[in-house]
Amino acid sequence: MADTDAGIVQSGANAPANRGSNQPTMTQEEYSRAYRDMLLIRRFEERTGQLYGMGLIGGFCHLYIGQEAVVVGVQMALKQGDKIVTSYRDHGHMLACGMEARGVMAELTGRATGYSRGKGGSMHMFSKKEHFYGGHGIVGAQVSIGAGLAFSNKYRGTDEVAVAYMGDGASNQGQVYESFNMAALQKLPCIFVIENNQYGMGTSAARSSASQALYKNGEPWGIPGRQVDGMDVVAVREAAREAVAYCRAGKGPFLLEMSTYRYRGHSMSDPAKYRTRDEVEAMRRDHDAIERVRKALIDLGIDEKALKAIDDEIKALVADAAEFAQTSPEPDPSELWTDILVES
Amino acid sequence: MSTQVLMPALSPTMTEGKLARWLKKVGDTVSSGDVIAEIETDKATMEVEAVDEGVLAKILVEEGTEGVAVNAPIAVLAAEGEEVSSEAPAQEAAALPKVAAEGSGAKEIADRASEAKTPELARPEPERDWGETRTMTVREALRDAMAIEMRADDDVFLMGEEVAQYQGAYKISQGLLDEFGERRVIDTPITEHGFTGIAVGAALTGLKPIVEFMTFNFAMQAIDHIINSAAKTLYMSGGQMGCPIVFRGPNGAASRVAAQHSQCYASWYAHVPGLKVVAPYSSADAMGLLRAAIRDPNPVVFLENEILYGQSFECPVDPDFILPIGQAKIERAGTDVTIVAFSIMVGVALKAAEVLAEQGISAEVINLRTIRPLDTATVVESVKKTSRLVTVEEGWPFAGIGAEVSMQIIEHAFDWLDAPPVRVHGLDVPLPYAANLEKLALPQPDWVVDAVRKLV
Repeated sequence: MADTDAGIVQSGANAPANRGSNQPTMTQEEYSRAYRDMLLIRRFEERTGQLYGMGLIGGFCHLYIGQEAVVVGVQMALKQGDKIVTSYRDHGHMLACGMEARGVMAELTGRATGYSRGKGGSMHMFSKKEHFYGGHGIVGAQVSIGAGLAFSNKYRGTDEVAVAYMGDGASNQGQVYESFNMAALQKLPCIFVIENNQYGMGTSAARSSASQALYKNGEPWGIPGRQVDGMDVVAVREAAREAVAYCRAGKGPFLLEMSTYRYRGHSMSDPAKYRTRDEVEAMRRDHDAIERVRKALIDLGIDEKALKAIDDEIKALVADAAEFAQTSPEPDPSELWTDILVES
Repeated sequence: MSTQVLMPALSPTMTEGKLARWLKKVGDTVSSGDVIAEIETDKATMEVEAVDEGVLAKILVEEGTEGVAVNAPIAVLAAEGEEVSSEAPAQEAAALPKVAAEGSGAKEIADRASEAKTPELARPEPERDWGETRTMTVREALRDAMAIEMRADDDVFLMGEEVAQYQGAYKISQGLLDEFGERRVIDTPITEHGFTGIAVGAALTGLKPIVEFMTFNFAMQAIDHIINSAAKTLYMSGGQMGCPIVFRGPNGAASRVAAQHSQCYASWYAHVPGLKVVAPYSSADAMGLLRAAIRDPNPVVFLENEILYGQSFECPVDPDFILPIGQAKIERAGTDVTIVAFSIMVGVALKAAEVLAEQGISAEVINLRTIRPLDTATVVESVKKTSRLVTVEEGWPFAGIGAEVSMQIIEHAFDWLDAPPVRVHGLDVPLPYAANLEKLALPQPDWVVDAVRKLV
């Protein structure tokens, strides 16, 4: 681990979003959107944790709390039609790409109204409409699938890009490097995003990756990489914009390492003994991505009432989703036998 | 309005725990996400975070209390300035949601499960007469099938090791690069795991990849994507996202290439719901079934055989010739015994049938063509006529295709059997290299003859 604050990059030497004189920023409207989208994920995940505690959500459940700026910032650099795939820590990605809170929460509770009609659960949700390709439970599998999404874009001659998210743990998987190689060989428009939240389950990145500069992992294949402060949504968007422009121009894949932090355990049943309470507290207190945007909005002179209105809207939205997820019917037993094969 | 804070579960199996420590005290303001308490089980200590906001109005369970039931109220949060009644709320745990399997749906599910085990078998359809044929090798048939489908549909493309410039390790893709170009005939690095994942990703968007494995032995590097990514996504997505893809290449023993390169994967893939598994024998099988596999909206594992590539058979010339997946073929009609085989073992079975005919025994030889979904009906109809079953496969016996076919017959035609089914199969050993040992390990026509002679 790096010297301070769990290795979070304050301003990486390689970050394009350096906070210098040309410091990138956002308009009040953009900050408001980022604030809203990040807050939605935070509140949604807190509610998810609560419903899990009540036994309404089962199985494995991995919360995204703390990492919200990554997916929200990247999403702000994308356009309709760009494809997204991620691992099992996926609730935030789904909400960010426009999937409805109701449908996501109802899938978590295993109901017929969930995105997978109750057959996928937390780790396996998809939306053709929002170009979200999962939700994958096998560490690293989503990375080669993501390269395949990019392959499809190129094959069809579109200028759409694909974003394949992975954690720092997944970044050590062999198929990740196989995908880097093929994506570079074929100049696939794929943005590989390593969400380095410092721990692959209970093992710190320092104990599992021989190189700590994960953004350099594409170097042997000539894939440009940037290390980005993943707790700063402005920096994330700025870096994602550079990556998207590069991919859309047909130059090939791009790698972004987002230094971020998850406040909760790896999954719901993780007591998180591998890090100190002080470390988590310091991150929440000094680097919280949502708090940072809130402050920026206040500095820009946003009306307290306007902020409160966003808070209230999100609170109502999440409460509605939770209610929907608890009152929707369970899937009909006949669902056991549907969707195994497409009937031709 | 006040809200109760409930004892959370750390895992689906936790029923109670110890309230180890309160981190907030009565009167403290609590925001969403604040850690308010710690709880312990025999496995772990966890923090309880507030989901709602307000003032901690009351603590209902003191710290240090053991055996607190999941979902029991442990504290009360009040809105700012609100009075909370001094009566303690009921201590019983809130009702857990009803689990479907314990409810009225359970019997229904069980009924359907048993229905699925023994469905009504439709009578097999007679094979259509496709008219004029010409002689071609299995290799040519496979190549032509891909070329025809690629001409018809721009979404179809071929990828794999050596498929383009080298024209295929076994020359199955001869000429395809010239006709379709490098956009659609794609050489990959020797990285099965990665390129299979890429193909699956492309298929999830609606493209129709044909993935050639130089042999299916190497597909083991990619089996996670074949099963976890390709076969299960339709189900896990509630029907939103299918995976129209063909995984093809030589399967089973070749000749003197020893254990790592000689293995039959039929029973591995046939085990998996969400996959179709096809194993052609002749050129007509190869042509008709590969065209069907490419058009199929599902993932299809297409198991070829290297030794058959160079063998010639008659194949219909009709440009619309296609064979349905899921339908077996009676290669030779007979009355005394049913011999069920697939892929190269169909040839072994047919040779055995000739020997048996000389001995006055009339064998019916069924070429399964498709392993999953299995054409049980055709085998059942045959066994009802012959009352005896011999299965032949190159693979190992344990949990093999012969075991499954035999069980299907026991379930569907037990009363027609005059003797227990017999399996002929490769020996239960890794395939050896030495010429004599290899031959001793793989089913030969006389093994089938001997098996039949025991029954008739």
